[in-house]
Amino acid sequence: MLKDITIGQYLPGDSVIHQLDPRTKIIGVILYMVGLFMVDKLEAFVAIALLTLLVVWLSRIPLSYLLKGLKPVLVILLFTIGLHFFLTPGTVLWQLGPLKITLEGIKQGVFMSLRLIFLVLVTSLLTLTTSPINLTDGLEKLLEPGRGIGIPAHELAMMMSIALRFIPTLLDETEKIMKAQIARGADFESGNLWQRAKNMVPLLVPLFVSAFRRADDLALAMEARCYRGSTGRTKMKQLIMTGKDYLALAILVLFVGWAVWYRFVF
Amino acid sequence: MQIILENVSHVYKANTPYETKALDHVNLKIESGEFVGLIGHTGSGKSTLVQHLNGLLFPTEGRVIIGNDEIKQRGGNLKKIRQKVGLVFQYPEHQLFEETVYQDIAFGPRNLGYSEKEVEKRVKEAMAAVHLDYKSLKDRSPFALSGGQMRRVAIAGVLAMQPEVLVLDEPTAGLDPRGREDILQEIAELHHKLKITVILVSHSMEDIARFTKRVIVMNKGKIAMDGTVREIFTRVDELESFGLGVPTVSILMHRLKGMGIPVPIDIFTVEEAKDAILKWQRGKKNA
Repeated sequence: MLKDITIGQYLPGDSVIHQLDPRTKIIGVILYMVGLFMVDKLEAFVAIALLTLLVVWLSRIPLSYLLKGLKPVLVILLFTIGLHFFLTPGTVLWQLGPLKITLEGIKQGVFMSLRLIFLVLVTSLLTLTTSPINLTDGLEKLLEPGRGIGIPAHELAMMMSIALRFIPTLLDETEKIMKAQIARGADFESGNLWQRAKNMVPLLVPLFVSAFRRADDLALAMEARCYRGSTGRTKMKQLIMTGKDYLALAILVLFVGWAVWYRFVF
Repeated sequence: MQIILENVSHVYKANTPYETKALDHVNLKIESGEFVGLIGHTGSGKSTLVQHLNGLLFPTEGRVIIGNDEIKQRGGNLKKIRQKVGLVFQYPEHQLFEETVYQDIAFGPRNLGYSEKEVEKRVKEAMAAVHLDYKSLKDRSPFALSGGQMRRVAIAGVLAMQPEVLVLDEPTAGLDPRGREDILQEIAELHHKLKITVILVSHSMEDIARFTKRVIVMNKGKIAMDGTVREIFTRVDELESFGLGVPTVSILMHRLKGMGIPVPIDIFTVEEAKDAILKWQRGKKNA
């Protein structure tokens, strides 16, 4: 069940999308999000879907693999749809006591969930096509100008890369401990909410213990190799923007421009 | 408690780019009361295999039969099977979570629904089996114990379920020589006294040679060899092709033989080697 989580995973490859500079991809995702939240018409969502599918196709990542990553957000999706359906004021379509579904609610709910779906797809695409090292390098480079106003770019990037690096480790660990406890007759799947929460103790305590132990070990290993933070640190691989990157950014800027224009002009 | 694996295959992450076949049509039969060693290179499928024995993993293809029960994902009696087949994972002390040693060991039997009196009896027995002093340790925090003691508490946690089959995945990894020896002796004792089936997964050819009678060698998800210690450890070249070795004393005996010294080469433990070398020395003096 834990194997379904695709967020934060990296699938090595050499597609066009894989080759893009991480900065391009990070800025691209941000631009894409702006566009996504600007759009409020159904036909515009079709255009976004086409653009997204094009990028997915270019990345050579199986669509089924991406879609599987949506499973964990299903609950949030249903929740959003429900809230929008019932709580948006407007033309009432159906009513039962205090519960009423409005036309505007349906529209809002569908749009919002479409946005969430695309958001998750594109952000997973970012991590699936960018190795964690590249991703944090890109982030660090992007944040660097902020160092003057006290943004600890390097430290933030380092924290992020450590966190990303430990996601699979902790998942593995969770699975291992879970199995060990199941072998001792533990039950993680039945009972009411309170019972289930209580049944998690045999999983969470060992997990915390091991996370702290790992953190300690890692800190020690970093210090042993004279890690002192960002000062005086150089990079072996410098990030370089190429024509492809400028092209990709140009496409996305056009896309955002179009989304804004489409929203306010029509 | 007989264990039968019929044509068992297991595929991880099927239909993704990471798809791997961990077990490939494995057929295996382990009789009640055997002491079996399971060896294989990292990634050979040992851990996957042992997780099939108590229903933590289910075969993608084939059948696993424990005693009279087939392991099934649904409808089968998994709880019963998990009680009968105790599985001690690698570094089992990482699964400790309770406030006291007693509570931790009692976790298993309590999950099985035994009365508090029965639980206490089982905890006492389990602690005795791994040579932990009940009185002085039962109220201590398991996290305040030494590494070897923590490992023992974790093993006791599985023993308290009174399994008929005990599977241990590298039970001595990361322990000092003394700790290794003690734990292995305790396992051998358990096997001897309670007549339970023991399956020992290990990288140490010495330990396998000393304690087990039958050795199963896994390679690339298949059972590559299956036989007595003597049969397996004389096939040095084959073992090496699987990335495995033979006990160091065996290599010593081969070298001695190569130097023209008349010693037998089918020797796998230090004790046997000592006897053989002494015999040769005495023979020389008498000549």
